[in-house]
Amino acid sequence: MKNWSRAVRTPLGLTGFGLLALTLFTAVFAPLLWGHQATSFDTDNMLAGASAQHWFGTDNLGRDIFFRVLVATRLSIALAVSATAISVAVGIVLGSAPMLLGRWLGRPIIGLVNTVVAFPGLLLVLFFAVVFGVGAQGAVLAVGFAGAPVFARLCHTLMAGVAGRDFVAAARVSGVGSGRILIRHVLPNIAEPLMVNATIGAGGVLLSFAGLSFLGLGVQSPAYDWGRMMQDGLTGIYVHPLAALAPGAAVIIAGLAFNLSGEAVARSLGVQIDVPWRAAVTPRRRRAPAAGARTGPDTDTDLVLDVRDLRVAFPHGDAEISPVRGVTFQVHRGEAVGIVGESGSGKSLTALAVADLLEFPARVDAERLTFLGADLRDGTGHRHLLGTSLAVVFQDPMTSFNPAHRVGAQLAEAARAHQRATRAQAWQRAVDRLRAVRIPDPRRRARQYPFEFSGGMRQRAMIGMGLMGTPKLIVADEPTTALDVTVQRQVLDMLQEVRAADGVAVILISHDVSVIAEVCDRVLVMYAGRVVEDLPAGELADGARHPYTRALVAAVPDMRSDIDAPLATIPGQPVDPAHVPAGCAYAARCPLADDRCRAQDPPLRTAADRSRVACWHAGEPLPILSDLAALEVDA
Amino acid sequence: MSATPAAAAEPGRATAWWQNRWVRFAARRLLRLLVSLWVLVTAAFFMVHLVPGDPVRAALGPLAAADVVAARRHALGLDDRLLVQYWHFLRDLCTGQLGDSIGTQLPVGQIIGQRLPATAELALLAFAVAMAIAIPLGAAIAALTRHGRARRTELAFAGSSVVLGAVPDFVLGVLLVFVFAVQLHWLPVAGRDAPSSYVLPVLALAIGPAAILSRIVRVEMLAVLDTDYLRTARAKRLSGLRIHLVHALPNAVTATLTLSGLLLGSLVAGTVLVENVFAWPGLGSSIVGSITNKDFPLVQGTVLVYGIGVLLINTVVDVALAVLDPRSTIGVD
Amino acid sequence: MSILSLHDLTVRYRHTVAVDRVDLVVPEGQIVGLVGESGSGKSSIARAVVGLAPVSGGRIALDGRDLPRRGRRRPVQMVFQDPYSSLDPRMTVGDSIAEAIPHRLGRAARRSEVERLLHLVHLDPARAGHRPGQLSGGQRQRVALARALAGRPEVLIADEITSALDVSVQGAILNLVRDMQRELGLSMLFISHNLAVVRYVASRIAVMYQGRIVEEGPTAEVLADPRDDYTRQLLAAVPTGAGGRRPVRSAESGCD
Repeated sequence: MKNWSRAVRTPLGLTGFGLLALTLFTAVFAPLLWGHQATSFDTDNMLAGASAQHWFGTDNLGRDIFFRVLVATRLSIALAVSATAISVAVGIVLGSAPMLLGRWLGRPIIGLVNTVVAFPGLLLVLFFAVVFGVGAQGAVLAVGFAGAPVFARLCHTLMAGVAGRDFVAAARVSGVGSGRILIRHVLPNIAEPLMVNATIGAGGVLLSFAGLSFLGLGVQSPAYDWGRMMQDGLTGIYVHPLAALAPGAAVIIAGLAFNLSGEAVARSLGVQIDVPWRAAVTPRRRRAPAAGARTGPDTDTDLVLDVRDLRVAFPHGDAEISPVRGVTFQVHRGEAVGIVGESGSGKSLTALAVADLLEFPARVDAERLTFLGADLRDGTGHRHLLGTSLAVVFQDPMTSFNPAHRVGAQLAEAARAHQRATRAQAWQRAVDRLRAVRIPDPRRRARQYPFEFSGGMRQRAMIGMGLMGTPKLIVADEPTTALDVTVQRQVLDMLQEVRAADGVAVILISHDVSVIAEVCDRVLVMYAGRVVEDLPAGELADGARHPYTRALVAAVPDMRSDIDAPLATIPGQPVDPAHVPAGCAYAARCPLADDRCRAQDPPLRTAADRSRVACWHAGEPLPILSDLAALEVDA
Repeated sequence: MSATPAAAAEPGRATAWWQNRWVRFAARRLLRLLVSLWVLVTAAFFMVHLVPGDPVRAALGPLAAADVVAARRHALGLDDRLLVQYWHFLRDLCTGQLGDSIGTQLPVGQIIGQRLPATAELALLAFAVAMAIAIPLGAAIAALTRHGRARRTELAFAGSSVVLGAVPDFVLGVLLVFVFAVQLHWLPVAGRDAPSSYVLPVLALAIGPAAILSRIVRVEMLAVLDTDYLRTARAKRLSGLRIHLVHALPNAVTATLTLSGLLLGSLVAGTVLVENVFAWPGLGSSIVGSITNKDFPLVQGTVLVYGIGVLLINTVVDVALAVLDPRSTIGVD
Repeated sequence: MSILSLHDLTVRYRHTVAVDRVDLVVPEGQIVGLVGESGSGKSSIARAVVGLAPVSGGRIALDGRDLPRRGRRRPVQMVFQDPYSSLDPRMTVGDSIAEAIPHRLGRAARRSEVERLLHLVHLDPARAGHRPGQLSGGQRQRVALARALAGRPEVLIADEITSALDVSVQGAILNLVRDMQRELGLSMLFISHNLAVVRYVASRIAVMYQGRIVEEGPTAEVLADPRDDYTRQLLAAVPTGAGGRRPVRSAESGCD
């Protein structure tokens, strides 16, 4: 119900519910207030046009059309609502058949429903109109039964969705019966979408009804609804258009009232208007700060990527949030740099920002953001440079290929776009690159669609796609998280191989410390949008100085962990980017934190060995962990 | 659980012809068509028998003599056992016989044959117009208004499409007649002769679906623009035009096509109302008369023709879908 | 506590055999780890044991007697992978747990039982009135654990219970699993794709590949001296976290 009241406060909902209230009000009160005017004959004014006395004129018996339209609201709405009620009731019964009656009885019912749904509603209405006969009562039954299959299917789909969730499985496992599951778990979870659809459905039913009466198959004289009035008015449209148009307008308004109300609630139910984290086309950039613009050209020829004070911001309500807050690092030729952190630490956004893949409304600012000497802050001038020299590998190989195109074509188009290759040359190169990433039988595979590839093969093909040009940097965002260990091994080896052969630099984003430790030379540890530690990968296990890094390493068992000691835990929850605390962001979860930590954010300081750490207590011994384990550790 | 789609395409596995996914797809789709057809035919048969009371008496009226009614019942085969009637109905259907109209005594097949072209013409033209408006419009609006850009454009589009989508076709027809025929005299009020007489009926039918469809295209396009594979396309630094036209649009249209089948179906049904507004000499203007006159053979025939039309449309859409999106051939029913 | 044993268990879905004649014993008071890649049939075993998947052949027994897989009293309970989907979003935490208590209790008794269970999984009993939406992933997984314990199970099945959680929370849940096993003497089938996690909690380990169990034995033994080829592959593939650059392997990694 919270959603309904929230929906009313949106402009859409306000319009919808306003119209709905008006319609219902008219339906209830119009016959009481104006019933007399609507039926009294004014024989002096038959088929009259609009006048002060009769705003919309009169019909062929001299009855006032304006009042007739108002009074007809009751019958029109009542018929529509009762027909909808029939549709929903029959729909719920049919839709829950598989759940209640079991699969053998339920499946044919759903099969029949699915067959009938394919026929358009009006055709079903006509069919049932024949069966139930011409007239208001027949029409209610006809429209009601004709609408039932749609609701049956909706119920079935919604129920199947809920029944497939683990909480229903969990209830079954604890011995809760089918009927009880339907009532306690399934129906409450589908009630809201069902009501929304019923509301929108009532709008549609209203139109069907008007159509049926318009055809002369619905309400019969002397009763009248809007459809009936339109039919009566149509014959005289030359002389007296309002007689047909006024009830038509009423149909539209009432239909809109139901539609908009339902739509508004549906929006507040389903659509998340939160921060588009995964948003990614051309980012709109702010002008680079003057200081950054004056930095001189690179002298370091091995430098592939140079990032200074990178910030990513999103609009959040009226304010702005910054999930990445001042990240600085460099990547050199052939170097593998890992970025670890919990979800929400900003590691993926950093990668996307570096790869120039963040889109409006994300805003990327940096004091310096250069790739192979080109300043990436100045917009779209580096399309070909990025297209040939920077490769990106994403997390989920199942969704990262376009399902509508052949794998080979998806590789080839990069060469076509950036290297002016002919179609045949580009295809040749695509096959060659697939071979390079050890796709067996690459000629045949290139002609296949992504769904014909396994996960590991797709991820290798994705690396192959990056190799279409001559990459200097591969940005890999959780490239193995979706894969099995053995396949992960192949993909990691592949990355290593590419790197060793061509001196390609790699940025590897992962939540898995052991993957990073194995593949990378250097690790950046991110927390709450900042780099809190930058150290050689080999020192992760023993040489980390930041308490967060140490906890992260100790919290995850690896093949060498002491199985007799409890694992380390990190109490509390990650920082919400909308509420970054003052001082060190990790202080609330840190066993070493003191007043200074909570007041002053520690800077990222470079030590003699070029490793960096941002902590006032870097390297100090941690208190015994097991004392903390008994607390409610992840409150 | 363990069977991934990819497992179906392991290299080197010999596949028999019946394992070919196109063959399987065609077989499954044909089976579904046949089942639907059977449901339709059976429903059309029982429709007449579900009418309370005696359909012949209902058709001829309370004043008709009892022996006339009995004779007509016999002529229509209504005094046979139900299963025998069903069997005769199926047999006649296979030889293309739909019986004679009670009202005009003409063969139903002949009446439908005369009127079907007008209806088919109207529905197909309207469908073409709706698609031609909806796909480019929806896609363009999606590209323009992503992530809350161009708020006003989005608002104007959303508002007008909601209103237009909510106007029933026959109300729109009446409105169009009033404006363009009665007031402006640009186009004829009714009938089917000169090309100009097609404009209003086609628009009355097409505008509503076009509005609904363009909203769907927009939503689908927005969803596609947020997919991982579109990000991959951007990571390849392709041109914006190529990203939208080659990578996004086909996928958005694939999803839209599924719904457009339903829409085309309802458009076929919509012709009934619009034909009545414009006195269009199609099936729609005859079915209404036959329902009120209880001319059951004609109703039965017309319902069958509409139903078969809808089934054919759905089949065509599924085949088109399979060609556009090869994944849809391996789904389960 | 009790011994769960599977004899010749087969689980078939339509055309695929997910579990192929598996024999497995979960001894009294021990944690048996079941590892293997996705699609190897681990979860099918779990679902078959608790009655969520069809048993096409073989037998599931508890202390030698056929395991009841229907009815109110279920001696085997299960914790699911995704705590965001395994709790009804419209039910309070307390109601979700109370629903799983098999015998009827008065209101007060039920409340104190829920409190006891929440306390057992190190959650504040005041959480009983909260809805899942107000809890973090780790807290939800604790609630799911409490619900499973509400049925007073003799055997607990944990199906990838840490893989949907953030790294910082995983450790806490694993600690909890070990504590509970020690305190309550639970027998447990612990399913995971992560060898390091299984190594940490399980005393015995079973390796599954393509629906069959290819190797089974005490954890230390299997890991130190794997007999089966697939187990060896699996062990070789685990990132060791050894640090620094691994030597690049030559062309031995073929297709999958």
